Amino acid sequence: MSVFEGFRFRHVTSPIHNRDPRIKFLFVLAIFVIAIFFMELLPLLVLFFVPLPFVWVAGVRREWLRSLRGAVFLASFIFVFNFVFGYLYRSYPSTTILLEYSLAMTLRFLVLVESFSIFFLTTSPDHLSLALEQSHVPYEFTFAFTTAVRFVPVLAEEAQTIMDAQKARGLELERGNFLKRVRNYIPILIPLIVSAIRRSLELAEAMESRAWGASSKRTNLYVLRIKAGDLALLVLAIGLLALGIYVRYFVQIPQLSTFLPQLPF
Amino acid sequence: MATIEAKDIHFTYPTGVEALEGVSLTVKDGEFVAIMGQNGAGKTTLVKNFNGLLRPNKGEVLVDGISTRDVSVAKLARTVGFVFQNPDHQLFSETVEEEIAFALRNFGFDEATIEKRVRWALNLLDLTEYRKTSPFMLSGGERKRVALASVLAWDPKVVILDEPTIGQDHRQKENLRQFIVQLNEQGKTVVIVTHDVEFVAECNPRVVLMREGKIVADGVAKRILTDTTLALEASIVPPQIAQIFGGLTFLGLPSDVIDVSEAKRVLVEHLRGSRR
Repeated sequence: MSVFEGFRFRHVTSPIHNRDPRIKFLFVLAIFVIAIFFMELLPLLVLFFVPLPFVWVAGVRREWLRSLRGAVFLASFIFVFNFVFGYLYRSYPSTTILLEYSLAMTLRFLVLVESFSIFFLTTSPDHLSLALEQSHVPYEFTFAFTTAVRFVPVLAEEAQTIMDAQKARGLELERGNFLKRVRNYIPILIPLIVSAIRRSLELAEAMESRAWGASSKRTNLYVLRIKAGDLALLVLAIGLLALGIYVRYFVQIPQLSTFLPQLPF
Repeated sequence: MATIEAKDIHFTYPTGVEALEGVSLTVKDGEFVAIMGQNGAGKTTLVKNFNGLLRPNKGEVLVDGISTRDVSVAKLARTVGFVFQNPDHQLFSETVEEEIAFALRNFGFDEATIEKRVRWALNLLDLTEYRKTSPFMLSGGERKRVALASVLAWDPKVVILDEPTIGQDHRQKENLRQFIVQLNEQGKTVVIVTHDVEFVAECNPRVVLMREGKIVADGVAKRILTDTTLALEASIVPPQIAQIFGGLTFLGLPSDVIDVSEAKRVLVEHLRGSRR
């Protein structure tokens, strides 16, 4: 259940955490777009290292590594598919080039995961909802969004308790064939769903008794303002994007495999 | 022979919270133990170590001489039944009857035995009329009884009840108390985890008082619940009867009275004596 710990509300400050989430999102988007520009290994490799200083400054190395580890399965899937199908259809002049291409595609995926995970690891859900609200997303939606996010660890904890309760009644989750194992989860899921529904009804009542939605025009205690650091990040994002476009159109990107010995098959 | 034996156990949650810092406790066959203490004292963590839901980081727990490290929770559950605080964390079946049969099926009883045990458990907790009812349609107190029946059905040697009195009205609490005392008199080992001093005072079990992951006192309820220094230390309020008798010692009354029936007896005796 430690996976869900990432959703827990906590107040962390670092030069990265303090940035305006809107600008941070633009930065991540810039990296996303640049990653889509390139199919070559070299620029993607460079791009992979660009957000690393942010991870260090924000002090989220462990969590970041965990999210990358989570992406490994899908990444290897992407690599294998690109390589196998490229090989079967002989769409590349040599296996070395194919290998480089498959690696580039995998790396592209990792860059996307990397940049988005930095965004979510350094942006607290309440910051995010504030950003959504100030971007004129209706409050009902932003509230639903943050509530959903904030209840993830609560539900995870509850699932753990339910699992304990059923194990104490002799339920063995890991026993039996595949179908039996899926069925083993019914005694966990039903109490979990029932309690989630009950909880949401209680929450709705509690909110209404505290005058939720009484005034159509809400004000906020905290208001997001663009500061000097945010401007710097914005300039960096635009700069990177411009550099990416320049390299794409005006620079001949060398293929790494031309410097390597060719594979024999 | 000791039923449950905890030897200097330490437990730290993955989040880094040190919940148990060296707890040694022996619960003997047929004993009735109440584990008390304020929130976060480690009560629930301790009893979860008794049926293997949690396993100590250091030290060991022996259930009937077997270390909890060596067997699965399902195996241990056969001996140590655990009734969770909130019945809604376990109820899932379409009928009360199915709910009670769930554990029996997990333990591999045959259908004839299951039928017999279900009938017995329904009768025991006065639930026979709800046999075919959905547990979700029942009231809080009834759901609690279903949860209790679903554990007692397989007749475990030890029953652990986590906060059995929460969310129960006075009448239900009194019924529950009589039921637990009766169970214990019939030879079942009972361990309850509770904040409810009044409830414990009326049951008069052995009391284990915990504070910050350690046991600070262990003895008969009469002694522990009337010790004002201990009560202060472990943040519990002595039962009302104990408070009254604590203030009446100048009349020559004993200070270690905690339950209603004894209070009545002592007072009657005192009044008769003074009239003479």
